[in-house]
Amino acid sequence: MSNEINIMIGGEAGQGVQSVGFLLAKALTRWGYHIFADQDYESRVRGGHNFFRVRVSDSPVEAINETLDILVALNKETIDLHRREIGNVSVIIYDGEKIPGLEGKNLVNVPAERLAKEAAGDILMTNTVALGVVLGLINYEFELLGELLTGFFPGENGIKNVKAAKAGYEYAQKLSAYQKKLTRAGDSRRMLLDGNEAMSVGAIAAGCKFMSAYPMTPVTSVMEYLAARSEEFGIVVVPAEDEISAINMVVGAAYTGVRAMTATSGGGFCLMVEGIGLAGMTETPIVVIEGQRPGPAIGLPTRTEQGDLDFVLHASHGEFPRVVFAPATVDDCFWLTMKAFNLAEKYQLPVMIITDHYLANSYFTTDKFDLSKVTIDRGLLFTKSTPGVEYKRYAYSESGISPRAFPGNKDALVVADSDEHDEAGHLIEDAETRKKMMDKRFQKLSQLKQEIVQPRFYGTEKADTLLIGWGSTYGVIKESIDLLNKDGGSYSHLHLSQIWPFPVEAVSTAMKNAQHCYVIENNATGQFAGLIRRETGLLSTGSILKYDGRPFTPAIILRELRK
Amino acid sequence: MPVKMEDYNGLTPAWCPGCGNFGILSALKNALVELNLEPHNVLLVSGIGQAGKLPHYMKGNVFNSLHGRPMPPAIGAKIANRELTVIAISGDGDGYGEGGNHFIHAARRNHDITYLVHNNQIYGLTKGQTSPTSDIGFVTKTTPQGGPPPINPITLAIAAGATFVARAFAGDIDYLSSIIQQGINHRGFALIDILQPCVSFNHKNTYQWYKERVYKLEDEKDYSSSDKSAAFKKAQEWGDRIPIGVFYREDKATYESAFPALGKTTLVSQPIETLKAEKLLAEFF
Repeated sequence: MSNEINIMIGGEAGQGVQSVGFLLAKALTRWGYHIFADQDYESRVRGGHNFFRVRVSDSPVEAINETLDILVALNKETIDLHRREIGNVSVIIYDGEKIPGLEGKNLVNVPAERLAKEAAGDILMTNTVALGVVLGLINYEFELLGELLTGFFPGENGIKNVKAAKAGYEYAQKLSAYQKKLTRAGDSRRMLLDGNEAMSVGAIAAGCKFMSAYPMTPVTSVMEYLAARSEEFGIVVVPAEDEISAINMVVGAAYTGVRAMTATSGGGFCLMVEGIGLAGMTETPIVVIEGQRPGPAIGLPTRTEQGDLDFVLHASHGEFPRVVFAPATVDDCFWLTMKAFNLAEKYQLPVMIITDHYLANSYFTTDKFDLSKVTIDRGLLFTKSTPGVEYKRYAYSESGISPRAFPGNKDALVVADSDEHDEAGHLIEDAETRKKMMDKRFQKLSQLKQEIVQPRFYGTEKADTLLIGWGSTYGVIKESIDLLNKDGGSYSHLHLSQIWPFPVEAVSTAMKNAQHCYVIENNATGQFAGLIRRETGLLSTGSILKYDGRPFTPAIILRELRK
Repeated sequence: MPVKMEDYNGLTPAWCPGCGNFGILSALKNALVELNLEPHNVLLVSGIGQAGKLPHYMKGNVFNSLHGRPMPPAIGAKIANRELTVIAISGDGDGYGEGGNHFIHAARRNHDITYLVHNNQIYGLTKGQTSPTSDIGFVTKTTPQGGPPPINPITLAIAAGATFVARAFAGDIDYLSSIIQQGINHRGFALIDILQPCVSFNHKNTYQWYKERVYKLEDEKDYSSSDKSAAFKKAQEWGDRIPIGVFYREDKATYESAFPALGKTTLVSQPIETLKAEKLLAEFF
């Protein structure tokens, strides 16, 4: 049995819920624990109810555990909303001087605001006191916490934070309310990062030099991450006037020869759709991150959903080849972003990375990415001209791929057109050239299909029931499989992180091996089940769908399957 | 070897005989030759409309983009390789209608791009519908009762922060060429609104109509293109007399010059240094 605790910090926007939660996760990562942390927040800067939930375990964790051991309530609403999630051996830390008149078991009154004022002279440090309390309760090494805080908050502010944390830590050590102490889980050093960070670093490592975007939850931090490292890594980030401009700038930069990307959510992607078609027609390599949130229209801006699958698969009028990735883990976020740039340039087409709030903004621990394994493939490039032969951007070839030249080359004028065009890039109207150009673009698929990222299969091929998922639900389905099989069930798991081109063989085989297949998706209409049916001709037994804007948990999947 | 007009010869235009676009094409080629710019160092980014076809009828690197979008790809390209001479080519529907937002923000950010807008006050490609610059009351197929007042691209550009704002007339090729040369030489965003007669669909704003009205700003005594208030005032003149020339000009840092990432060399020539990302990974521990 693994050693695990679950901690939630809840409060209003502006109370520092996110920073305390993150520091808690970071502290325990440094103690050798595996972490999964998700956050739930409202679309407001102050007030409302936000929480940050940290799952701490000595074995790998990649999903939410609904049971809580420690609840830190920075406001009363947190207690009212989350009380029922508290397990048997758990505590609710609250400030009785701020939230008077509470009664009930498990309540532990810590005068956090007063301690912050006394120790650090600043009630803004109340959240840091709370951090100290939690880490004091589980017997964390204070020295490590001090290091963490001075590293996170520079200068004087760091010293004040250490004082506040110490006050909370020492207060907690005198309490007898919570007996589940932890010790260092080992010396393994792991990274703690969220999906957006993994995609951002993936883009930088892949040599992305240009990004244009318009901020949009849940992927705004990708743009901010690249902008903050602009000078160091030679990246230009242009905050565009709108998403139409953003994607068209990206196409222009990519045409000129740099690796270029944008990131948005469904609403912004609506505006970008014409640019996807432009990249398709002009065979310009671009990478687009689409971080889903519940739609349509403004929807639920800060929540999660997998409702844009069909949209991304079919975005733009007309027909052209494209690639769609759906990362399943933070490792995927890094490696598939990397691969997205390579495939985009190798096959000269748009590559979309479809993720969601849940993966983009949840923190996971993982081993360090091995950068020596990163490859950069810029595809077929024009090298030198044959005397008397003019360069043709869209020259016909067996593979359908034409060598790229970039503007500024004295041996090659690069002519690209959004109209249907001839080999030289000039607009045409005749039927024969139209057909040949369509065939040329689609010819690229035959090679592209050789390098589809194959689905992950978990469990045994003899299992009765196959659970199928895509994208961010990987961790939660995998854990559900373990729980079901431990309980005498016979389940296996197939999970896709490349949606298009679709891995027909792998999905068909796995489905035919199972007696029942359930498709699990965070949407209302079972879009992925529909795609499977279209591509394989196979029907699933049923779907488990969730479209309330909240992520799945293993408990929810188990409940649904037992219905 | 100096650049010659023949170096810029392209495909045969598919425009109507007598189209104002012919004058613009000649003036642009002439300007590039005069400036001795070689085609491979020039990038022509166009939108959609009769103007959007222009790059195909000459030589250079070409990105013929979507309707209303010549500006964003031109910006992406200029940032990727600032050594290119980037010329965006648009029309009144493309640039002031579909691409209106990009126009405003490109002017504001002062990208080092020359923006030629072929302004014929009518939609030609779709055969005669009202445009954002059609004169008030002008009757077209989509405005049988006459249309609303036009947009004023000159005042709009000045207000948005453009650092070079000019108007020229397609019927005066030499003067248009000189304005284009000044626009290309200007460091920053240069709007050149070009009065372009449409011989098929605009029977009001004809060559003759313009010839009777246009006059050059440099012939105006005491007009200074560095005076923003005077430029605003002059830009509102439209009727019996229509000013052409440079309305406004100022020196201001370009967007491309403000990026430390672009300090040493062009973006496109910077190497991909994957292993440098190690230090980013270190921050996650």
